[in-house]
Amino acid sequence: MLTQNNNRLNNLMVPILSIILGFVFGALLMLLFGYNPLTAYQAMLEGVFTNPYFFGEALRQATILTFTGLGFAIAFQAGFFNIGVAGQLLVGWVSAIWVALTLPDLPRIVLVTLSLLVGIVAGAIWAGIAGALRAYFGTSEVVVTIMLNYTALHVTNYLIRNVLSTGNTTERVGESASLRIDWLTNLTAGSRLNVGFFIAIIVVALYWVFMTQTTAGFEVRAVGLNPHASSYAGMSAAKNIILSMVLSGALAGLGGAIHGLGTFGNIFTQSGLPHVGFNGIAVALLGLGNPVGIFFSSILFGVLDVGAGFLPNRAGVPDEMASIVIAAIIFFVGANYLIRLIMGKLQSNKQATEGGE
Amino acid sequence: MSQTNKVIEMKGITKEFGNFRANDNIHLDLNKGEIHALLGENGAGKSTLMNILSGLLEPTEGEIWVKGNKVNISSPDIANQLGIGMVHQHFMLVDKFTVTENIMLGKEKHRFGFMDQDSAEKEVQELSDRYGLRVDPRARISDISVGMQQRAEILKTLYRGADILIFDEPTGVLTPQEIDELMEIMDSLVKEGKSIILITHKLDEIKQVADRCTVIRRGKSIDTVDVATTSQQELADMMVGRSVSFKVDKKPASPKGPVLEIKNLTVKEARGYDAVKAIDLEVRAGEVLGIAGVDGNGQSELIQAITGLTKVESGTIKLDGKDITNKKPRKITETGLGHIPEDRQRYGLVLPMKLEENMALQTYYQKPFSKHGFLNHKEIKEHAKRLIEEFDVRTPSEEHSAASLSGGNQQKAIIAREISRDPALLIAAQPTRGLDVGAIEYIHKRLIEQRDNGKGVLLMSYELDEVMNVSDRIAVMYDGNVIAVVNADETNEKELGLLMAGVSLEKAHEQVAESNGKEKETVADTK
Repeated sequence: MLTQNNNRLNNLMVPILSIILGFVFGALLMLLFGYNPLTAYQAMLEGVFTNPYFFGEALRQATILTFTGLGFAIAFQAGFFNIGVAGQLLVGWVSAIWVALTLPDLPRIVLVTLSLLVGIVAGAIWAGIAGALRAYFGTSEVVVTIMLNYTALHVTNYLIRNVLSTGNTTERVGESASLRIDWLTNLTAGSRLNVGFFIAIIVVALYWVFMTQTTAGFEVRAVGLNPHASSYAGMSAAKNIILSMVLSGALAGLGGAIHGLGTFGNIFTQSGLPHVGFNGIAVALLGLGNPVGIFFSSILFGVLDVGAGFLPNRAGVPDEMASIVIAAIIFFVGANYLIRLIMGKLQSNKQATEGGE
Repeated sequence: MSQTNKVIEMKGITKEFGNFRANDNIHLDLNKGEIHALLGENGAGKSTLMNILSGLLEPTEGEIWVKGNKVNISSPDIANQLGIGMVHQHFMLVDKFTVTENIMLGKEKHRFGFMDQDSAEKEVQELSDRYGLRVDPRARISDISVGMQQRAEILKTLYRGADILIFDEPTGVLTPQEIDELMEIMDSLVKEGKSIILITHKLDEIKQVADRCTVIRRGKSIDTVDVATTSQQELADMMVGRSVSFKVDKKPASPKGPVLEIKNLTVKEARGYDAVKAIDLEVRAGEVLGIAGVDGNGQSELIQAITGLTKVESGTIKLDGKDITNKKPRKITETGLGHIPEDRQRYGLVLPMKLEENMALQTYYQKPFSKHGFLNHKEIKEHAKRLIEEFDVRTPSEEHSAASLSGGNQQKAIIAREISRDPALLIAAQPTRGLDVGAIEYIHKRLIEQRDNGKGVLLMSYELDEVMNVSDRIAVMYDGNVIAVVNADETNEKELGLLMAGVSLEKAHEQVAESNGKEKETVADTK
């Protein structure tokens, strides 16, 4: 009998096998180009795990990915594809920096809270636009969020050049708005790891509580799984579309605010949308929408991201190789039908041999 | 009967899914030129067995012989080559293609690399004439009736050279006239030397066309009987494994004041036509009002308007004395409406969610299932357990997904949920579609119980028998109008049939009286 436990195990097997296959694929590619994959992977892992600074950086990167991953996942659960996480992150980032630069004299706890809140609200509004358009006019949220991404990028750049500074980089926020704390900085040999990491862990827990323990989360799940039955049961589709998009943007905006106040301490003009936004989609897919899964996927991606820096020097492999491994992992998650098929065959073969007494 | 007369022999077929035995040592043989019914409850293993025969599944154990040769049907292609064709319950047709294009799909005729539509059309026409399968080869599937779509589906198998046809619950979607036509088609196919396996749980159809019938129950073959010498009651008892009652056991209704009052109601359908045209209708407490009519005469739109899922164009709807016209579905539910929707999987359940969550799909936001926006999982679970117990929903546990239940048990779960809210009015749309007699009996009993508790029940069904058996009064809908409301014990199938075809009540009376008169002339009056 196909029991629930069995299903859960199978669900876990898909991301794990995807990761393994992703690394195998990367290794084959490296062999093809005459590189030694073992040296390469060793360089990445040793680089990250034997040096507290780089380990801290990997966790720092994972922090932001957790927010963008959760942000993408919550809209996805409700049946929407929020490809605008990057833009929402950016508006959260610039808004938080703006507040921090405008009110530098507030007490630290007040200023940090306020800046983060403003980042959350900014992201929520940005995504809420797409949600409202979808709910009331049926506009595709994919198209709208893509367009809003570029709007966010150029509005942000404009603000930096004309409002927040006169150049391409703003001033750094003061000590009273920073998310860095000394013991964490010291523990990780001066990395940019900050309080955001703990906020991420709290948000992972809150996300789980929201999805499984609240009536609002129940509605989001029901609407995402079957909008027809949900509206027959009296749930409002429009309300849930907007709610899930607003929450999605809020999470991305919080990630952006933490990126600003924790990672950089300022904001600068950018030529393209931040990659952490799009990698959040990958993280959410690998984590299968489960908050804990998303957290661990973020750490994996953080390690790969930071570890990539060691490839050229220590293994003589171009650092793009890490991106290829990431891409391959996502490919295999996307092709989970293939993995399930292979696992199904393996299982039925096993049963056939066991049954054939 | 000689060995060679058997076109199919399935010997000791066993199919296991994990530890679950869907088929357990089943035997089935099909003679040339016979219609062999395969009868069983939902989830008895009929589909599994037929999927094995059509190459979609491989048996764990057992042998299949086709026309005297042992075969291994490892793919649908091989089944095709052996002349086995399946007419699916849910048609496998491309909506935007014509009948001919659908029929030749995958076996396209071509000349010099170009599709040869003309000769294909001719061939389809020939087949169609030969077997009396009336179709328009050039019509698009989306433009033709369900009955014609089914005939296209049958032609598809014939075009591929099938001489063993499997019909999977073919009458579920058809009108009574279309069913009669299908029965004739099956007769003519057999006369032309085809052999047919008919999967069904409708006993009257078996009596009407089948020669023999194999009954399976819980994955085991119970018996194969001659249909002519076996009564419907015997077949039903064999299928369910206990004695079943067909007659809905009910006392006369004692109706009270109205629970649902519809005045001058007009509803537009998606394309902007008036689907419901200024109708008046009343359901009283303590009665079952049946709505009879051929599919597509405004019944669905009427129900959607009452439940708040479609906008009301004009007119009023009152539930329990309160105006619910154009209110939100939740508001209407709270006012006292239960709704068993027509398509249970699409509208009634969130299939991937747990059964316990589905049981609270409308009430999760109320006490005791939640407080201050937080769910009380313990109460939700307890509630589900109570309903599972009380309504005999067969499931390993309340934590299994709704998708893992059989159709009958999914429907029981919905009925449990709706009735447990104790609504003043219960709307049941096609509540027994696709269910077996055991489940039908149970659901009818529950509907009557609701009535006897002084609630109103609005039953919409395309099955005339069901409407006649369960209802106290029957409203007949034709072309968006309620053309007559009759008492169930003062009407008959003939009259309803005429009303459903749009004949006025007086004319229907006359015609029925006339035909009864003719019968009296030819047959000696027995009364």
